[in-house]
Amino acid sequence: MADATVSTPLDVRLLDAGLAVDEALAGFNAAFPGAGAVVSFLGNVRPDGAVEALELTHYAPLTLSGIEEIARRALDRFALSGVLAWHRIGVMVPGDPIVLVATAARHRRDAFAGAQFVMDHLKSASWLWKREKRADGWHWIEPRPVDHSDRARWE
Amino acid sequence: MSVVRVLYLGRLQDIAGRSQSEFASSSGDLDWPDLLAVLETHVNPAIAEAARDPRNKLALNGQLQADREGLVFRHGDEVALLPPVSGG
Repeated sequence: MADATVSTPLDVRLLDAGLAVDEALAGFNAAFPGAGAVVSFLGNVRPDGAVEALELTHYAPLTLSGIEEIARRALDRFALSGVLAWHRIGVMVPGDPIVLVATAARHRRDAFAGAQFVMDHLKSASWLWKREKRADGWHWIEPRPVDHSDRARWE
Repeated sequence: MSVVRVLYLGRLQDIAGRSQSEFASSSGDLDWPDLLAVLETHVNPAIAEAARDPRNKLALNGQLQADREGLVFRHGDEVALLPPVSGG
């Protein structure tokens, strides 16, 4: 396993194939040797008997820059030394990683809060559209009220 | 001759029945009523209605637009119709 080369303080990527979690985290840890706290969150496609596949589509001119803006806000708000946000696009199957967020800070509370902030904004404020394939075909996923209330708690 | 491309994101591609359209206008630039008219005539009334719906956002050449009714679409412009997101 080769560590990923992680850019600092922000490393934001949209990945149309695999998401190499171990390499990303090893690279992130190596990039912030002075961090007292590193928190990471990995979201996977939830195994659900009826879902055969999941697809995320994006709009290139907005999606990456929007996620970069979310990461930058977290960096400033929680005094983080680094944020990594890697998001899959394209077709995935249950168990595949969809999103990896990592934060580095001097203290754990900032690292935890920063990771939560990034995830809550990714869910409801990034330019991504999700659909699921079930036995009867593809279905677009609607935003859920909880996604908006999760984000609203930061306002 | 102006050619304007319209992209339909998310569920709007199901409503439009395609992921994008190109509209050529021999009379020059298109304004907002012109765009709604071509969507209604050349795609379907449902996508024209979706374009009017403020819950769906609109980007022109990759920039989100707050006021769509005052827009003018010129040759080579790309319009993206963006429904509410469901990502992460």
